[in-house]
Amino acid sequence: MIDPVLLQAAADATGYGLAGIGAGLAALGAGVGIGQIGKGALESIARQPEAVNDIRANMILTAALVEGAAIVAILVGMLVVFIK
Amino acid sequence: MISHPNTSLKYILCTLILAVGLQFSAIAEHTDEHPAHAPHATEVSTTSADAHPAPHGEQKFDAGKMILEHILDAHDWHLFGHTSIHLPVILYTDKGFEVFSSGKFEHGHATVQGKHYSYRLHDEKVIVVDETGAENAAATAAIKDISITKNVLALLISIVVLIAIFIPISNRYQQNPNRAPSGLQSLLEPIILFIQDNIAIPNIGKKNYGKYMPFLLTVFFFILVNNLLGLIPFFPGGANVTGNISVTFTLSAIVLIIVIVTSNKHYWQHILAMPGVPKPVLLILTPIEILGFVIRPFVLMMRLFANITAGHIVILSFISLIFIFGAMSATAGYGISIFSMLLVVFMSLLELLVAFLQAYVFTLLSAIYFGSAIEEGHHEEGHH
Amino acid sequence: MRLLTPDFGLVFWMVLGFGILFFILSKFAWKPILSALKEREQSIEGSLRQAEKAREDMSKLVAKNEELLNQAKEERNEILREAREAAEKVKTDIVARAQKEAEEKLKQAIREIDIQKMAAIVEVKNAAGLMALDIAEKVIRKELKGNPEQVAYVNQLAKEAKLN
Repeated sequence: MIDPVLLQAAADATGYGLAGIGAGLAALGAGVGIGQIGKGALESIARQPEAVNDIRANMILTAALVEGAAIVAILVGMLVVFIK
Repeated sequence: MISHPNTSLKYILCTLILAVGLQFSAIAEHTDEHPAHAPHATEVSTTSADAHPAPHGEQKFDAGKMILEHILDAHDWHLFGHTSIHLPVILYTDKGFEVFSSGKFEHGHATVQGKHYSYRLHDEKVIVVDETGAENAAATAAIKDISITKNVLALLISIVVLIAIFIPISNRYQQNPNRAPSGLQSLLEPIILFIQDNIAIPNIGKKNYGKYMPFLLTVFFFILVNNLLGLIPFFPGGANVTGNISVTFTLSAIVLIIVIVTSNKHYWQHILAMPGVPKPVLLILTPIEILGFVIRPFVLMMRLFANITAGHIVILSFISLIFIFGAMSATAGYGISIFSMLLVVFMSLLELLVAFLQAYVFTLLSAIYFGSAIEEGHHEEGHH
Repeated sequence: MRLLTPDFGLVFWMVLGFGILFFILSKFAWKPILSALKEREQSIEGSLRQAEKAREDMSKLVAKNEELLNQAKEERNEILREAREAAEKVKTDIVARAQKEAEEKLKQAIREIDIQKMAAIVEVKNAAGLMALDIAEKVIRKELKGNPEQVAYVNQLAKEAKLN
């Protein structure tokens, strides 16, 4: 005897919630990845302070690539929300 | 970067002004919602429900709607209060061109009788309607909307800004190339040299980089100027140009076209059949390489779009907090506004960094992409 | 969904606008700016090279001066050495000559002495002969009472007698 409109609303809410969790997981992964890159870069700079410019450029590049994976994940989340 | 106490003070002052301006513009738009819509609400009450799924949503502050309105493109540009610029609507229909002011839509509440069809604004999209007010789907699909929208106007403004910045500087260089740079020139010259020496030359190579420099410089400064203009909360700025998928799509499409046009045989050989790799491995590797060829510009497009849009969303969310709490009680609104503003200032500073970083990353990745497309094959012997 | 779908109108304007921007900037801004930067870089490089060359010339000049100075010093030393050698030679010459003269004088004196000695010996010999004859005459006179044959014989003996 459940109202189909209510059921649809509940399904919508679950979808949004799952999309949110998905976005959170993507952010988590990207955060860990970028954190690792930052750690590696800082250690390298500490070891070789004269190579700081090269290391910084490569750090940003790698961070951008990791971010790319997160963006794809967020995009999937967005598509799940928007395509109804 | 902040060496002088005087200059750092200036930066803080500028950011504060920026944040306060952002707040006022948000308040202006928020308060604008009721009076602007009220006079028309009676005459078009049926279609109003059509345009907005929840009719009672008009009365309450809807953070999600407000944020989306800011981020997305629009046919008119809110300035402050009741004032907004009505931008021209230009339609290319199957019967010919159609030009009229977007003010005639009255924020989506009125039907415009054009030369060929009647038009309505549905979710900021122009649709063709018949006499009964129902959508004519076939005619809607046939029209090409090339209106000067908010983002188009912002785009044109940014183009004017870029030309106004760089043509005088270039004249100064032409007069005497050996004079020490002064003013804006001394700010931009290191950036130009940075793009040349740290992005183009290491990734494309000393031999070929000159060909790509104009594009890399144009893309960098285009993205940078639009990112920065997007951070300014009032009229010439505030549009989300680089956070619009159409813009980033066009940029990455241009990158892809340049790659395809300039690529050499060696690049395609590496994608389709990596030399020196056994046949069974090629079965796996080739699809991955082809996928990579498509994904690279796609991610280039999504990265810029997602970063800039996310920045706008976060800043607007913090401002929305004030109104969400303010709807509960005025005291809570005022109380939360302090924290909100601090967060907005912080986020705006972060977005300033992101504005430069994303312009840099887009340029760097384009340069790497170009470099890989024209790389000469002389390292394949080294693999085995 | 509008967020994620490219919009025809904006793409159209973007292609048009970016195309025009790219054209104008590359023709009127990037080309002159990049060529000016390159020109400046080259002129700076040229000036640096020139400065380097000037410094090299300078150091060459300094080295040359040093060499000249050294040469002059050497020459002076040479002259001094030669003068000293000449003086030394003169000194040794004079000493040698004096020594030679002294030696000659000595030799002459010795020769003179020898001659005198010989003369004295002859005289002594004569005197001793006469004395011996005298004695012998007196002795013989006493024994022989003046025999001239004996006198002649004694004289002959005296003559033959060697004093040395």
